[in-house]
Amino acid sequence: MIEFDLAADGLRALNRQLQGLGEQSNETEWRVLHPSGEHALAVGLTRPLKVVVEGHAGFYCGGMNSQAEIEIRGHAGPGVAENMMSGIVRVTGNASQSAGASGHGGVLVIEGDASSRCGISMKGIDIVVGGSVGHMSAFMAQAGNLVVCGDAGANLGDSIYEARLFVRGKVESLGADCIEKEMREEHLAALTELLQRAGMDADPGQFRRYGSARKLYNFNVDHADAY
Amino acid sequence: MCGIVGLFAKQAAVEDRLGDYISSMLIEMSDRGPDSAGVAVYRDPVPSGSAKVVLQHPDHGYDWQGLAEGITARLAPATVERRGNHAIARTEASFEDLRAWLREIHPEVSVVSSGDTIEIFKEVGPPADVVSAFALRELKGTHALGHTRMATESAVTTKGSHPFSTGFDLCLVHNGSLSNHNRLRAELRRHGVEIQTENDTEVAAGYLTWRLSQGDSLEEALTEGIRDLDGFYTFAVGTRDGFAVLRDPIACKHAVMAETDDWVAMATEFRAIAVLPGADEARIWEPAPAQIYSWTRSGQ
Repeated sequence: MIEFDLAADGLRALNRQLQGLGEQSNETEWRVLHPSGEHALAVGLTRPLKVVVEGHAGFYCGGMNSQAEIEIRGHAGPGVAENMMSGIVRVTGNASQSAGASGHGGVLVIEGDASSRCGISMKGIDIVVGGSVGHMSAFMAQAGNLVVCGDAGANLGDSIYEARLFVRGKVESLGADCIEKEMREEHLAALTELLQRAGMDADPGQFRRYGSARKLYNFNVDHADAY
Repeated sequence: MCGIVGLFAKQAAVEDRLGDYISSMLIEMSDRGPDSAGVAVYRDPVPSGSAKVVLQHPDHGYDWQGLAEGITARLAPATVERRGNHAIARTEASFEDLRAWLREIHPEVSVVSSGDTIEIFKEVGPPADVVSAFALRELKGTHALGHTRMATESAVTTKGSHPFSTGFDLCLVHNGSLSNHNRLRAELRRHGVEIQTENDTEVAAGYLTWRLSQGDSLEEALTEGIRDLDGFYTFAVGTRDGFAVLRDPIACKHAVMAETDDWVAMATEFRAIAVLPGADEARIWEPAPAQIYSWTRSGQ
């Protein structure tokens, strides 16, 4: 495992090295020391690297990730794993707002709580939160799964297009066009698999499913005058 | 865009190095606010019956000793201690008498803060320069707030620098913008609250001053503020014994908090907290919207 001391060598050197590794490179396992809340750590990775950030990260850690497995051992600031395409980002602590924003794919695991707007505009990413999520989570969500082992704040899934939301605890309120839906076998199977992948010890049978009522974004001929 | 920081000591060892810590936090927020910076430090209370007033004059060579002699001769015994282009006056005169006398005899001197514990130091320039201009690192104290400013809605001047204090020992730092500050400023002036600038943050500080003068606790005043203050904001507030953080109900403006057995800290970005000893092991979270987080010094 290669150790990179961020305090000594700086952010740009780190990202340049990680982004520049060729397909044949054997330098696939990295430990980043002294992150000290720096922004944009390990962003834009395109190779199946394993990167461990030993401490608290600032904004946008793991953003735009493809294929890499990134673990943040601490707190993650706003927009962790934003626009992720594939791979895994894991946060062992809490995450600030907009975790997984606009993510297209991959898995984001937050072992603690996520703040507001978790999964905002998610487009295929799977997000598993061990604790609770704040208000306006999954706002305008389009695809993917959001799994919350704790509670969800106000206006969950506001203006949701598609995407499946699973919450074990209380939901403070549902946003516009977000409703509770039946948990069918295929949902339970998907949820079970996601919890396993995330390493969360939670009983899938205790979750409820929420999703789109599909009344807000579909053309409705009865409302033609309103368009 | 601005940066705010706050630190509340829970142990004497942190009090001894409060100025050093808040200075490091402030400098970390330079990218968010290179135009001006300031801190409020709660330290070294004057005995009951005395007042502590921080004064400012743009001239570094200003005759503060002469001013002290003037206060002593005309009002009551006073000492004045220079710090940068500010000075800390301690006097047995009442604050009202002192302010009236200054306005009449020394209109060139402005009042930066007043109370029995608070000291505010603020100046234009990058945070690192402000830290050294006032030798902030050597200060001891119980809690402190800081602000780095990227000016958006009013001029880059010492007066427009933050923090603002509009009442005894009260200080507020703010990241965000208020949309109803003009109307509120006029209302507060009608209630007799003195507001010196066109800055929105000073209105928020004035609002709290007014609520506290009506008998509200800090928590009650902030609860009312959620209703009366319109805009996007993260506030950190200091009083003689307390420290509080509040975000608006939408909570767009960044904020992060951390707590250990030794201290409680808040900042716009975590990197300002990362400089504190024990930050690696701190409990870290983003404050929830419209929720008041407050700490009070016990036994005082």
